[in-house]
Amino acid sequence: MAHIGAASEATPQRPRVRLTQHLQHWLPKLALAPTAVMALVGIYGFMIWTGVLSLTGSTFLPSYEFVGFEQYAKLFANDRWVTACTNLVIFGVLFIVSCLAIGCFLAILLDQRIRNEGVIRTIYLYPMALSMIVTGAVWQWILNPSLGLEKLMHDWGWTSFKFDWLTDPDMVIYTIVIAAVWQASGFVMALFLAGLRGIDGSIINAARVDGASLPRIYLRIVLPAMRPVFFSSVMVLAHIAIKSFDLVTAMTAGGPGYSSDLPALFMYAFTFTRGQMGLGAASAMMMLAMLLAILVPYLYSELRGQRNG
Amino acid sequence: MKPIRHFLAALGLSVALTPAHAGEVEVLHWWTSGGEAKAMGVLKEMMEDQGHTWKDFAVAGGGGEAAMTVLKTRAVSGNPPAAAQIKGLDIQEWAKLGFLTSLDDVAEKANWGQVLPPVVSDTMKYEGDYVAVPVNVHRVNWLWVNPDVFEKVGVEVPTTLDEFFAVADKLKAAGVIPLAHGGQAWQDATVFEAIALAELGPEDYRAAFVNHDMDVLSGPKMVEALTKFHKIRDYIDPNAVGRDWNVATQMVINGDAAMQIMGDWAKGEFTAADKVAGEDYLCVPAPGTQGSFTFNIDSLAMFKLSDADNEKAQKDLARTILEPEFQTVFNKAKGSIPVRTDIDMSGFDDCAQASMDAFKKTSDTGGLVPSMAHGMSTTSAVQGQIFDVVTNFFNRADADPEETAERLASAVQSAL
Repeated sequence: MAHIGAASEATPQRPRVRLTQHLQHWLPKLALAPTAVMALVGIYGFMIWTGVLSLTGSTFLPSYEFVGFEQYAKLFANDRWVTACTNLVIFGVLFIVSCLAIGCFLAILLDQRIRNEGVIRTIYLYPMALSMIVTGAVWQWILNPSLGLEKLMHDWGWTSFKFDWLTDPDMVIYTIVIAAVWQASGFVMALFLAGLRGIDGSIINAARVDGASLPRIYLRIVLPAMRPVFFSSVMVLAHIAIKSFDLVTAMTAGGPGYSSDLPALFMYAFTFTRGQMGLGAASAMMMLAMLLAILVPYLYSELRGQRNG
Repeated sequence: MKPIRHFLAALGLSVALTPAHAGEVEVLHWWTSGGEAKAMGVLKEMMEDQGHTWKDFAVAGGGGEAAMTVLKTRAVSGNPPAAAQIKGLDIQEWAKLGFLTSLDDVAEKANWGQVLPPVVSDTMKYEGDYVAVPVNVHRVNWLWVNPDVFEKVGVEVPTTLDEFFAVADKLKAAGVIPLAHGGQAWQDATVFEAIALAELGPEDYRAAFVNHDMDVLSGPKMVEALTKFHKIRDYIDPNAVGRDWNVATQMVINGDAAMQIMGDWAKGEFTAADKVAGEDYLCVPAPGTQGSFTFNIDSLAMFKLSDADNEKAQKDLARTILEPEFQTVFNKAKGSIPVRTDIDMSGFDDCAQASMDAFKKTSDTGGLVPSMAHGMSTTSAVQGQIFDVVTNFFNRADADPEETAERLASAVQSAL
């Protein structure tokens, strides 16, 4: 009886069941839709809009008077842009290489089962907790010839000591490298340490039994096994380098002159303070191109690796 | 009973009068520091006395970059404030885009054409119509001097560039920093502008920085100006990089440095340190620029509004700003001089009076020139390009003046 009753009741209820099913089907999509729309408009929409603007003669408000690739031509004829890009190459290469080298070295040292590892690890990782603005301000004081290191040495009696990179147009970019490496190498160390801990101890033991020295074990076995960690570190460091803005702003504001300018600083200045939105948009597109130049080969190798593996 | 009757009478009056011309006037500005805010308070009071509502739209941040971003958003969405602090060639840019309203009726009634020097009124006009109101004039080509230091070393205040270098050598030998300077692009440009004016003279200065004559920009006089500008490096301390202008002024006040080339807003620093013009500090024209006056004018541009009452209030605002009463009170508080040449200057300090004298004289002789470093002579795009070349040149020990002059011309060309 109960069964029949249930069946007879089921007929009028069927639409409701279907509704719940529909809801179940659609609810996740509905919930995610705003995010998807935000992502599409906020990221890709504005990316396309910036691309469009870079082809117009926009001054301090967007206008749609198309001028072709004139803004790009102007961009590459601009000495400041060339300086900014050169600086980015110097900064990017030195920053990534030094961070990897120092981070890797520190991680290997920490991996030797030493005492108080936790404390030391925290100290190394600590600079990452500071914002770039703070790092920049502090290093500006340390490197300022009239306040920091140089004055300290003079006060201690070493009067011939000279370290004025911060005010030297040819050397200023290296001071930014110093500050950025100080900030990020602890983070790279943490990544590497995690990678090192993930390596199977039995392989190392086997090598040791075969009579390989410790440096040799690291060079031939451990480091090659860390390829994925290398890759992700390079990715993170590269995008820190390309978008770096606050560190330079706090440390040198692009000066002396514009000798420590970087593309992000250039883009901001031209788009928002100089009223050359078209040129600023063109420089933004060039920065996007730089990112893609790194990202696409990486993604390609990653995806191909998955298919083969 | 009497107070109540007064109150009722006042109420009745206000009810009777208010609807007749009560409008709301919203003003975007970044005069938020002490003296500036006080000066703006005067304008607010004067507008409220006329029955209008004052809506302050102050966006902090000295250079006004934040304020400009807000203004752009509001203008594009069709809801601009009645007036906004926009200056120099940017007024033309806004007018070209059709955002600004014509003030010709107010100007005609108040006879602006007579009281304003033509150089000033031209900046306020777009295609012959007034679209903005000048508020005050700053003189940029000042040399601020600490007379005690000069006395101690035993030298005279220089009047030409050659004298300046001779005096600076002696000051340097006596262990004083001859010129206080802050190594920021706009300060480099301010000093360069003063030297360029001394070398080129007002005619060629205008040809170079207003009309962008390529021959003058890359010509021999410009090379000479750049050479002398580069020589200044020897007379500033090596730690000037990134220093703020007021810190540099402080060096003159303390006697660490002997001189500074800076606009008359530096006076505020001296006043704040309880120094008296003519005694504790001197203001003289920058070396070699006696007959000239580099001006920097603050102005309020007036936007097109849809509400008739608000429009009336806006016109009243425009008229009030140029009335002698406001001009006097405001400029005393801000340290600048009135834009009108017919105002009684007896209540102002020595520097302001000297500034006003020079302003009147030079507007007749043609020595009145717009400041390039402060965005009066050209668009922000061209100005930015000049800044880049000038500051890069100044910061390189081995820079070549001839090559830089060529680069200056091509940089300006690329931004036109």
